Amino acid sequence: MKILKLIFKNAFRHKLRTFLTILGIGIAVMGFALMRFVVNAWNAGVEIAAADRLIVRHAVSFVFELPYSYADKIRSNVRGVRDITHCNWFNGIYKDPHDFKNYFPRIAVNPENFFKIYPEFKVPQDQLEAFQSERNSCIIGRKTAKVQNLKIGDNIQLEGDIYPGTYNFVIRGIYTGRDRSTDETQMFFDWRYLDEAVKKNVPSRAGKVGWYVLQVDNPKEIANISSTVDGLFRNSAAETKTETEKAFTQSFISMYSALFTAMNVVSFVVIGVILLVLANTMAMSARERLTEYAVMKTIGFTGKHLVALIAGEAIFIAIIGGIVGLVLAVPVALGFAQMFPTWFPNLPKMDTVVVMAFAAAFVVGIISAFFPALRAARMRIVDGLRYIG
Amino acid sequence: MMAEKVATKDIVEVRNVYKSYQRDSIEIPVLEDITFSVPDGEFLALMGPSGSGKTTLLNLIAGIDRPTRGSIRVAGDEVNRLSETMLAKWRARHVGMVFQFYNLIPVLTAFENVELPLLLTNFSKKERKERVETALKVVDLLDRKDHYPKQLSGGQQQRTAIARAIITDPTILVADEPTGDLDRKSAAEVLNLMEQLNKEFNKTIIMVTHDPHAAERAHIVKNLDKGILQ
Repeated sequence: MKILKLIFKNAFRHKLRTFLTILGIGIAVMGFALMRFVVNAWNAGVEIAAADRLIVRHAVSFVFELPYSYADKIRSNVRGVRDITHCNWFNGIYKDPHDFKNYFPRIAVNPENFFKIYPEFKVPQDQLEAFQSERNSCIIGRKTAKVQNLKIGDNIQLEGDIYPGTYNFVIRGIYTGRDRSTDETQMFFDWRYLDEAVKKNVPSRAGKVGWYVLQVDNPKEIANISSTVDGLFRNSAAETKTETEKAFTQSFISMYSALFTAMNVVSFVVIGVILLVLANTMAMSARERLTEYAVMKTIGFTGKHLVALIAGEAIFIAIIGGIVGLVLAVPVALGFAQMFPTWFPNLPKMDTVVVMAFAAAFVVGIISAFFPALRAARMRIVDGLRYIG
Repeated sequence: MMAEKVATKDIVEVRNVYKSYQRDSIEIPVLEDITFSVPDGEFLALMGPSGSGKTTLLNLIAGIDRPTRGSIRVAGDEVNRLSETMLAKWRARHVGMVFQFYNLIPVLTAFENVELPLLLTNFSKKERKERVETALKVVDLLDRKDHYPKQLSGGQQQRTAIARAIITDPTILVADEPTGDLDRKSAAEVLNLMEQLNKEFNKTIIMVTHDPHAAERAHIVKNLDKGILQ
């Protein structure tokens, strides 16, 4: 405790240098935190996956479809399945496709039970009934409604890309998320409306669903249920792969794995940059003070005292830089997420990002002090007293 | 208050000390077969031309360097046999060091600089304050206690350094050219102070100097030439 004052005074001995170092660390921590925010935001979908839902998809790839008839076979042959629904990834084009804000996930669902199996999407009962009773209706998320300035009764026109044709929808409901992490950007519409269009435009693809969602009675039984379902369709024209919702989401996200890998690498490169900035400052400071360290050793301070002094100063600067970085990063991240909600459908908990950024700053503080502290601790007093900085 | 002077026991005993430095494969002798002792309460001046080994000998006595051969005993402790950690504690207890260029910590005030050695002790904040103020009073700098080194003259900085050296009441006070960087008036003030510490507080002082006026203040003067004690 007694040397804290000296650490503080040493840290601000060269005010401009320390200020620039803190600013450098702050900007780097901000970059690191923003990248972690983006990566965590996308991974948040995996974390919130329900334990009692299984996804049945084509064994080869998610992009291949499954026959509509599989639902009945599963229902009648697999025990432990409480309910079953199906979805198709529609994608499509809304307005100008080059404007990022016009992107939001569009999915064709079974209107009868989709929202029952996904209780995290909360829809008022009257809106749900309207949706179920009108074939070309849709329900959109609160964030998308806000970004696109849409309300109940408005029309949405989509141009199909995976499913060619022009599709016109009427908004009959706006859902809200049960939790903060629930994606509020999606659009759900009646699968039958899609199938009718497909029958007309691409008859060979009619009667197909993208994937099935099974709600099971007991999550402990998912392994048995998965193997039973897959066994049911083995050697058929469309073999299945049944996996947990978490695994399914992960495989979906893995399509962007190169991007995430790049972001992960860059975020750690940023840490390396902080390390170099602080290590340079600490090396300069310690070199300038070798005579002082020698005097302190003469007085009776040990190598351990000097290590504490140098490491304490480095950690202090790094933590201040970390605070500056986070003070800048948190509002920027949240503002960014607010501006582009469809790109950040699942907001991660900021405390994870904050802890990671602080941990990074702390580790950087320790590593950057390592060599200057080692040098000061090992320095012979007579060499230090002779040193001319 | 004048302490009664009893200079009987040898507080520093240097026996057959050799010191050499290795430069590549060449051994450069600095001190050769040095033997002498300093009685408790004495004021000794080590003189000699540049490169004669004065500072090296002082460093060995102060426990900040180790002899190549021989023995150095200070206050009953065989200094060269102590480990680095023990030596640091030993220095804190027994040695007060004054340097030619004061070597104060520039970011600390005069008070904080003098307090520095006390941070290694268990004294409370109040006790530290009392001791520091007493030391600053002895060197006549109490009114400058909140000044930073750059706000003090050379003489005042050296007096602050002396206060830092005596704050733990060390067994010996070693000074390496304490007046070497001072004008005549400031040098006289510093020497008066050291004389006062020796006479009034019975401090054993070993001072390296090449200034004959400074050496006049000492009771014993020893000369070193090319590493050999004359």
